[in-house]
Parts: sequence; structure tokens; C-alpha cells
Amino acid sequence: MSWLSILGDYTFQNVVMGAALLGIISGALGSFAVLRGQSLLGDAISHAALPGVCLGFIVAGSRNMGSIMVGAMITGGLAALLMLALTRLSRLKTDAALGTCLSLFFAIGVVLLTYIQGTDNASQGGLDAFLFGQAAATLRSDVWFMGGITLVALTVLAALWKQAKLVTFDAEFARTLGMPVTLIDVMLTTMITLAVVVGLQMVGVVLMAAMVVAPAVAARQWSRHLGGMVVIAAGVGVISGITGATISTLGRGLATGPLIVLSASAIVLVSLAVAPGRGILWESLRLVRQRWALHKNQILYVLYQTRLEQEEHERSPWLSRSAFTAFALYRLKRQGLLTATRPEAAAGKPARQWRLTPKGVREAKQVTAMFNAA
Amino acid sequence: MLEAFFNNIELQIMLVGAMVGTASSMVGTFLVLRGNSMLSDAISHSIVLGIVVVWMLTHHQSGPVQLIGAALTGLLTVFLTELLASSKRMKQDAAIGLVFPALFSIGVLLLNVYAHDVHIDTHTVLLGEIGFVWLDTVSVLGYHIPQAVVSMTIMLTLNLAFIGLFFKELKLSTFDPALAKALGFAPGLMFYALLMLTSSTAVAAFDAVGAVLFIAFAIVPPAAAYLLTDRLWLMLVLGAVISTAASVSGYFIAVHWDVSIGGMMAVMTGVFLLLAFIAGPRYGVVSQRLRRQRARGLADSRESALY
Repeated sequence: MSWLSILGDYTFQNVVMGAALLGIISGALGSFAVLRGQSLLGDAISHAALPGVCLGFIVAGSRNMGSIMVGAMITGGLAALLMLALTRLSRLKTDAALGTCLSLFFAIGVVLLTYIQGTDNASQGGLDAFLFGQAAATLRSDVWFMGGITLVALTVLAALWKQAKLVTFDAEFARTLGMPVTLIDVMLTTMITLAVVVGLQMVGVVLMAAMVVAPAVAARQWSRHLGGMVVIAAGVGVISGITGATISTLGRGLATGPLIVLSASAIVLVSLAVAPGRGILWESLRLVRQRWALHKNQILYVLYQTRLEQEEHERSPWLSRSAFTAFALYRLKRQGLLTATRPEAAAGKPARQWRLTPKGVREAKQVTAMFNAA
Repeated sequence: MLEAFFNNIELQIMLVGAMVGTASSMVGTFLVLRGNSMLSDAISHSIVLGIVVVWMLTHHQSGPVQLIGAALTGLLTVFLTELLASSKRMKQDAAIGLVFPALFSIGVLLLNVYAHDVHIDTHTVLLGEIGFVWLDTVSVLGYHIPQAVVSMTIMLTLNLAFIGLFFKELKLSTFDPALAKALGFAPGLMFYALLMLTSSTAVAAFDAVGAVLFIAFAIVPPAAAYLLTDRLWLMLVLGAVISTAASVSGYFIAVHWDVSIGGMMAVMTGVFLLLAFIAGPRYGVVSQRLRRQRARGLADSRESALY
């Protein structure tokens, strides 16, 4: 199949548009979830959407996208509320409350599903689509629906931007200002539910967790500002969505959801490694350079001290035999700060005798002054 | 008598449910107490990768190889999570949310590629078929015993032995890891051993209840027990009792309404949690409110006595 014919393919267009929309909404709202320490909320809500999907199906009597999504929103929201109640009113911690809501709502969903099928066999029919998404079956009307939800979510977010920002970073301060913190809390949670509903079609329940977390974590590496982070997260979401959808179209028989998630994960890994400022690669380079500098100074200092005491007792300084030290000595010799001599010893293998060159003495004096000053 | 038992399908299903519940809630108790409940979610999903890889290497779909493979996958999940979290670029829950979907995705893609030869069903892995456990039997001492009963017996024994042997150490490293480390009890090692058992239990439970319902059995009974007691041993016992009660009641309700048995058992654990949440003797919502009212009444009467 040539590139042009793929681009013109109707199904492909739908899938890519759906994936891009999912990337925008989950990236933008995921940023807030991750910053608020609720990364796994998306996971819990997406599992909790299963009973809603079943109820939507029961009420509508058919696979109606609208009623299924409304159902998903309702039970997802209920699960989030139950979670809040469990953490606020009992001594259960957030993690236990999350796990409880996730598994219980899912179990209810499984029960409802078998009720719909009228059999004891839960593994038939639409469940597969729900668990892993069915990106390929996305219709143009579904894309419009997703676009509408995304637009609503982004509009609300923009309208309440300042409040959401304050509640995210300093809820206590927001409370003293008289802001309805709980209301904004509930609103941000509800909007995650919107993102989950969009994601059900594209990546399915299980992988929704990654779509909320991954773009936000990647974006956090590149930006120190909430606005920047949200925009970058949406961008990362779009890129991984389009990449995953394209690979899945080219490679026949590969599921779209996992490919989107793996694309996002790859972006996270790259961002973790090389993002300026927060990149792990740069940090470890800096660390290695610092260790080298410290070690070099230590060697120069020790050699200089021994040289001062040399008149009194003829003794070579004790240097660690580690490979690290050996390499450091070699480097100092190449820089012309040290010379190595091998004196004739009576027995055994003679150790090298390291001496400072005049240039080394000058440097060592500076180091000594620095160490003494500290 | 034994003969009668192994011909009784109902009893077998309830027994498997109770065994799954007891084994999972034992390890789950410590996860809930440590605040790591969501690791059971992560492990139970990423194990799909372990199952596929072990199948590709050995063509075993169950048995000891799978249990060991699962334990290793569980370790890998936790190791990667801790690695990401220790980079200080994200919190632990974000790390969990990154690691398990990635591993799960790789597992699903491998299944996609080798779909023609593998008889691993992704939905069976996620949901299980407890209603059919009696179909898959092995012969032990002349009896036809369901495969699930055998594997769950092994896991239950392992979990019991581990918790029985290291009860003191586990208790200390759960409630005061710093002291445990200072005394030389290696709380980290304890934690990893516990997670290996969690993963193996998850795989053993897969055939019966699947990944997601395993989370229900691992977290919900201990959470309910946590609302009822302050004693660790009592929490373990209550967890087992609640799981067993949920399995038995869940079975009958499921049969009555003709719905998924595993699902109904998990829902019943939730019912018990709600009961504990509302009517628990000390930490229940009702008793808390009553106590608060009584305290207020006492304060009022004191105040009026004063003036």
C-alpha cells in the first residue's frame, strides 16, 4: 500500500483523528492528575466505566455510542466519588481506595456483562473491544463525538485555568482565599472521566492509565510552567496517537492501543534521558565530571602533603589501588601534572612512585589553599 | 467422602474461590498496610507479558514454570517502578502508571504476532472462568482433582509458610521499616519476596478469576479487615473469612441470577467492605458519628454544669 492511498483511506483518517483527539484531551488533563499525585485515577476510572458501558447498552438496547459514553461517565464519576468517600471517611489510604473502586466496579461490570449475554461466559462479544479498544471500528460520527467532548473539556479548563492551577499547587491557600476547592477537585476528576470516555474507543480500559500518565511525565521534563506542560503534554499525546495508529495500519494485525501506548512510553524514555535541565543523561555526566574533579584534587593534595613531609620520613603516599584511581593518575600524568618513576625494590613487585611536576606543584598549592579554606 | 467431594462441582467452585481469596488476601494484607495496593494492579496486568514469554520459550501454559516466570515478571515490574521513582522525576504512582501498561502492551503485541499458535486468551487472562475449573483436572492419588485446586493449594501453602515463618519480620518491616533495617532484618528483601509470592498467586489465580478480579481478592478483603481490627493476625484471619464468605455467597447469587461467578464473588467482597465501612465497630462511619455526638453531648452538659 502506498503512502498516498493510506492517507486517503477513510478508516485510517478516522483512527488518526480519534487518536490525536485522545492525545490532546488525555495529555492536557493528565498533566493535572500527575501534578496532583493522582496518576492512577485514570486507571481506576477507566475500569469503573465498564458497568456504565453495560448499563448504557441495557438502556439503549443496542451499541449506541452516545448512551454507552454517558453510562461510562456516570459510573466513572461514581467510582471517583466512592474513592473520595473511602479516603475521607475511613482510615483507608488512597492506594487501597483506588484499588477497591477499580476492582469492584469492574467486577460489577463483568456481572452486568454476563447478565446481558444471558450466559455464564464473560469472554464473548463486545468485551474485547472494551478492554483493548477497537480503533479500527471508529466511525466519523464517533470522531465528531470525541471532538465535541475534547472541545468541552478544553473550554472548561481554559475558563477555570487560574482556579485549577491554584488548587493543584496549593489547595490550602486556595481554601483560605474562599475558593470552592472541593468543587474544583470534583471538576478536575470529572474531566479525567471525559478523557477516559474518549480513550475507551481508542486504547481500551487497561491502557488508559498510560495515556493519562505518560504524556504528562514526558512534558514535565521539558517545561517548568503549567501552561507549557499542558501544551507539550497534548502535543506528546497527539504524536504518540498518530504514530501508534500509523504503525498499526502499516503492520497488519497489530493492535492500535498497545502501539499508541508504546509510542508514548518511548517518548517518555527519551524525555527522561535528554531533556535539558532535568535529563538523567546530563545529570549523570555532571556527576561523573564532579567526581573526576574531586578525585584529581584529592590526589594532588595528598601528593603535595607527602612532598612537604618528605624530608622527615621517606615514605610514598598511600593511594587506592582501584581502577578509578589508576585512571585518574594516568589522566593527571597526561596533563603533565605528575611523573611516574619505578624505583628498584628489594622484594616483590615495586609500586610506582608518583611525583608532582613543577606544574603539578603549582596546581596542588591552589588545591591545598582551597581545601584549607573550606 | 472425598469421592463425593470431587464429583460435586458446586463445592469445587466454591473451594477454588475461597482458596484464591484466602491466598490473595494474605499477601494483599501487607500491600494494603504498606500503602502499595496498586502494585497488585500493576503486577496482575504486566504478568500477561510473563505468561506470553514463558509460553514462547517453553510452550508451558501452566505449571511451575509459569509460576516462576510470573514471579520474575512481577519483580521486573516492581524493579522498573522503583527505578523510575528513584530518578526523582516522577512519583511512585506515576511510575506504576507508566510501567505496567508498557509491559502489558508488549505482551498484547506478542500475542498479536503469535496469535495463530497461542491458546492464551487475553480475556480469559483478564477475567478467568471459575465456572469451568472442574473441566481441567489432574489425577492425584487416583482422584481427579481440578488443576486450579492443585495450583491454589501450592500457593496457599507457600504463602502460609512464608507468613508463618517470617511473621515477626514481616510485621516489623511493614510497620517500621527503619527499625527493621537497623536490626538487620532486610525489609527490602522481605518486600521483594512478598511481591514474588503476590505475582505467583496472581498467575495461579488467573485460570480461576483472571487479573482484574485477582485485584479485588487481594485488596478488598484486607481493606475491609483493616476497618475492623488493629491486630495484624486478626486482619489476616478476617481477610480469609471475608474471602470465603464472599466466595460462597457470591456463588449462590451468581447461580441464582445466572451471571459470572467470579465477578459476583468479587462484588460480594465489596459488599462486605461496605458493611465494614458503614457499620464497623470502631472505624465505621456510624459509630464514628455516634461517638462524635456523644462527645459533643458530654461537652455541652459539662458546659451547662459549669455555668
